[in-house]
Formats: sequence, structure tokens, C-alpha cells
Amino acid sequence: MRRLLNLQPRRPLRLALFLAPVAAMLVTYLAFSDARLAENPQDRLLPAFSTMGDTLLRMAMEPDRRSGDLLFWLDTGVSLQRLALGVCLGALTALMLGVASGLIPLAGASLSPLLAIIAMVPPLAILPILLIAFGVGELAKVMLIAIGVAPFIARELEGRVRELPREQLIKAQTLGAGTWLTLWYVVLPQILPRLFDAVRLSLGAAWLFLIAAEAIASTEGLGYRIFLMRRYLAMDLILPYVAWMTGLAWFLDYALRALNRRLFPWYGAEAGR
Amino acid sequence: MSELTLKNVGMRYGDTVVLERLNLILDSGTFCAVVGASGAGKSTFLKLLLSELQPTEGSITLGGRPLPQEPGPERGVVYQRYSVFPHLTALENICFGLERTQGNALFGRTWGAKHRVLRTEARDLLEAVGLTAAADRYPGALSGGMQQRLALAQTLALKPELLLLDEPFGALDPGNKQTAHALLKQLWAERGMTVVMVTHDLSEAFTLGTRVLVLDKVREDPHSPERFGASITYDLPVDRSAPLRAASVPPVS
Ligand SMILES: Nc1ncnc2c1ncn2[C@@H]1O[C@H](COP(=O)(O)OP(=O)(O)O)[C@@H](O)[C@H]1O
Ligand SMILES: [Mg+2]
Repeated sequence: MRRLLNLQPRRPLRLALFLAPVAAMLVTYLAFSDARLAENPQDRLLPAFSTMGDTLLRMAMEPDRRSGDLLFWLDTGVSLQRLALGVCLGALTALMLGVASGLIPLAGASLSPLLAIIAMVPPLAILPILLIAFGVGELAKVMLIAIGVAPFIARELEGRVRELPREQLIKAQTLGAGTWLTLWYVVLPQILPRLFDAVRLSLGAAWLFLIAAEAIASTEGLGYRIFLMRRYLAMDLILPYVAWMTGLAWFLDYALRALNRRLFPWYGAEAGR
Repeated sequence: MSELTLKNVGMRYGDTVVLERLNLILDSGTFCAVVGASGAGKSTFLKLLLSELQPTEGSITLGGRPLPQEPGPERGVVYQRYSVFPHLTALENICFGLERTQGNALFGRTWGAKHRVLRTEARDLLEAVGLTAAADRYPGALSGGMQQRLALAQTLALKPELLLLDEPFGALDPGNKQTAHALLKQLWAERGMTVVMVTHDLSEAFTLGTRVLVLDKVREDPHSPERFGASITYDLPVDRSAPLRAASVPPVS
């Protein structure tokens, strides 16, 4: 018998090992759902897949009776817009702060400790402040996401800039570049793929802040909808919404990774690392 | 022309004396090899010549003028690692210096006819170091030897008066090393810049150098080794027309 840590699953086995727990979960859900529905057809806690499908279809295809909107697409569009605006704003701010702090010692002397402190502030704790400052409109929600992800990304990039070999910065100077041109032609292009990576890692937090903000102060959005429907125990809507958000999160992660590979073919294959 | 002189140069990190009492006059066009044990202060010596560090004592002049306070295009450098930019192709790596020095301070790049001339110049350099076929490849896809040849070409594109090399071939296997030696020798013969090459490989020092310096401690305090730094203990002119008799050269006092 070979040691467990040396045993590599072959292709079909690998697939089976992946599918087994997924199938087990589905079967378990179906069994419990069927049992409850057999007892009480009105049960809302574990809806049948057909019910979920119907609800989702209704949300996506039939205009809402009151507003006339297709709620599913409205929620998706609004939430993605908030997420995109918040993350982009946060990432751009973080890029400027992180690069300045990492490359320029004079800037780092004030930014570095400041960022370390700001990163400790729990972002959700300042949501009330944001709501007071920016009102309950879009700005507060976008700002929460931006403020939530920026310190992490900024500190990550600061570290990455400092990790650039000192030799490269000296070399750039012997090749006629000053601070500005070194920043523009040596540091930025090497930091951009790392920015993409940092954004990817901070997307989980961004979703958290998005849903929290929508749950507390909003009139549409994916997070708003599931918290609204909680009052009616509408699991037939909440579950598909959660699955949809998971799918969106996965897709964003995948897209950023693909973009990184496409835009920066040299990344990950640097010499001497 | 661009004679390099060191007068009583010393370098301390805090209380640790690394280099002391370095006196040297290097004629323009000398190929000076610097050898010494690991930790002797060879890299520190090179950093002083590059203005990455300022000497804590003494003064350095290049061509009669004090050395500029910061690294600049009059001095080129090739390190053992990290000498080329990983995010630029081989051709772009060579263009880097030409673009930065010929472009303006804001954009640092060139356009149009000027750009085309510059690219041609860069291609010629690539050819000179035998990397024409690798023009569009990133350094990560080049062998160690190719990367070091690229680094040489990148540095020489700006025609520095002083070329500084810190164990540039230290990580290469013997075959690649020999190719690189031949190339460096040829480039130096063609261009006639002053070269200071740090190495811990004695045979490399004597095959390439026209002058070999040995860095070592003259004074030693067994109780506090940081008290004294290394100086130039041997200064050996290499006479290429006569067989080598290094042993007969007396130490510099
Ligand atoms: N930044 C620094 N601070 C303190 N000591 C240093 C620093 N850099 C180098 N040294 C010391 O200076 C000595 C010479 O280092 P270095 O010039 O790198 O030697 P070499 O290149 O000959 O191996 C070493 O003993 C090293 O520990
Ligand atoms: Mg060294």
C-alpha cells in the first residue's frame, strides 16, 4: 500500500471525488425537502427545486406588479454597479496610496503607519457615519465598499512595491529614469498584475459590505431582496439568489484571473524568483 | 578622459568598518577586476562607485569631477540577478535606456522617426550579443546566460564611461560563462569604457582584467572584527604579453 500522501487520483476518480459530495448534498436536500413537503405542501423552509425555478423565472421574466420592473435583473444590475464602483474607487485610491508609500520613503513615513491604523477600523462600524455623511443614497454604499477594501489593497501593494528588487530601481536610474519615469515604467507595470490579484482577494469582503449596506439602507439590490424576503420566509427566492451571487462571485474571480494572464504574460514567470 | 580616482575612501555601517583607506587611480579604459573573500566589501565598493552609497570618508572623482550624488547614465551596472526588467521583452529592455534618455522628462519616450532609429539601434545591440532570435521574449523565458548578455547590451546602449559589474557571471555554468567572457572582452575592446568587475573567481579576474585588485583586511582585531575594514592589499597589473607572475608582485603597503 502506498502512503496516503503519495496517492494521486486519476482523472475519472478525481471527477468522482469532486462530484460525490455535491451529489450527496443535493440528495440530502431533496430527501428532506420531499419529506417536509409530503407532510405539509405549504412548507416554505425547504422548497422543491421546481418551486425555486418558478420563483426565479417569475422574478426574471414578469414585470413587478407595483413598479413594472423585472426585479431579478434590476437587483443584479444595481448590485453589480455598486460593487464595481466601490471596488474600482477603492482599488484606484489604494493603488496611488500603496505605490506612493512603497516607492517614496518620504511618503511612506506618513502613509505607512496611517494605513496600518486605518486597516484596523472595522468597516461596518463606520457604516452609520457613512450614512450620516453621504445619506442613504448610492454614495454611502459605494463608499462603504471602497473604504472596506482600500486599506487592504493599499497595504498589499505597498508591500509588493517594497519587494521589488533594489537592483531594479538602481538600474532604472542608471538608464536615465528619475522618480517619475521609474514609477511609470518600472513600478506601475509590475504592480498592476498584483493589483488585479489583490482586488480578486478583496472581492469576498466587497460582497460582504455590499450585502450589509443593502440590507440596512436600500430599496433594491440582491442583498436588499434576500433580507426583504426573509420576513416572508421565502426560501424559494433566497436560495436561488444566494446561488446566483455565488455564481457572479465565481465569474468575477475567473474573469480577473483570465485578464491578468492575458494582459501580463510575463507575470508569474519572472526570472530569478 | 574619464579617469577614476579614490582618495582615502572609507565606508562604515554604524560601528562596522567595511572599507578603509582605499586609494586608487584607474586610467580611462582600464578593465579592473576586484577580487576578495565573501563579505570582504566588494559589493559595497561597487555601490560607492555607483553612488548608491556615499563614502563615510574620503572622496571619489570621475574624469576630474566629484562623482554625481546619485546613480545616472554615465555609469552602467550589471548585477548577478535582477539586472533586466521582467515585464519587458528583450528588445524593450534594450530600448529602456534609449527611450528614457531621449524622451522628455514627462513622457520619457519617443515617437515617429526618432523612435524608429532607436529601435534599429536596439536591434543592432541585440544582434551584437547574439539575441536577435529572442527579441520578443520576456526575460523569464531566457536562460541565465542570455539574461546576462541582455543586461550587458541594455547597459551598453547608453555608452557609459564606467561599467560596473557585480559578479555578473557568478551564477552561470562554465559553458555560458565562457561565451559571456568572450562577449564582454570583445565589447570592451570595441568601446574602450572603463570597467570595474567584482568577482570571487580568480581565474575570471585574470582572464578578463588588465588590472586586478584584491580587497582584504590589513589590520585584524580578534576581539572586535568590526573595528577594521578591508583595503586594497594587492594591486596587480596584468601584462598580457608576458606570462603571469602574480606571486612576485609585492603587496601594496
Ligand atoms: N546595509 C548594511 N548594513 C550593515 N552591514 C552591511 C550592510 N551591507 C553590507 N554590510 C556588511 O558589509 C560587509 C561587506 O558586504 P559586501 O560588500 O556585500 O561583501 P561582498 O560583496 O564582498 O561579499 C559584510 O560583512 C556585510 O555584513
Ligand atoms: Mg557581493
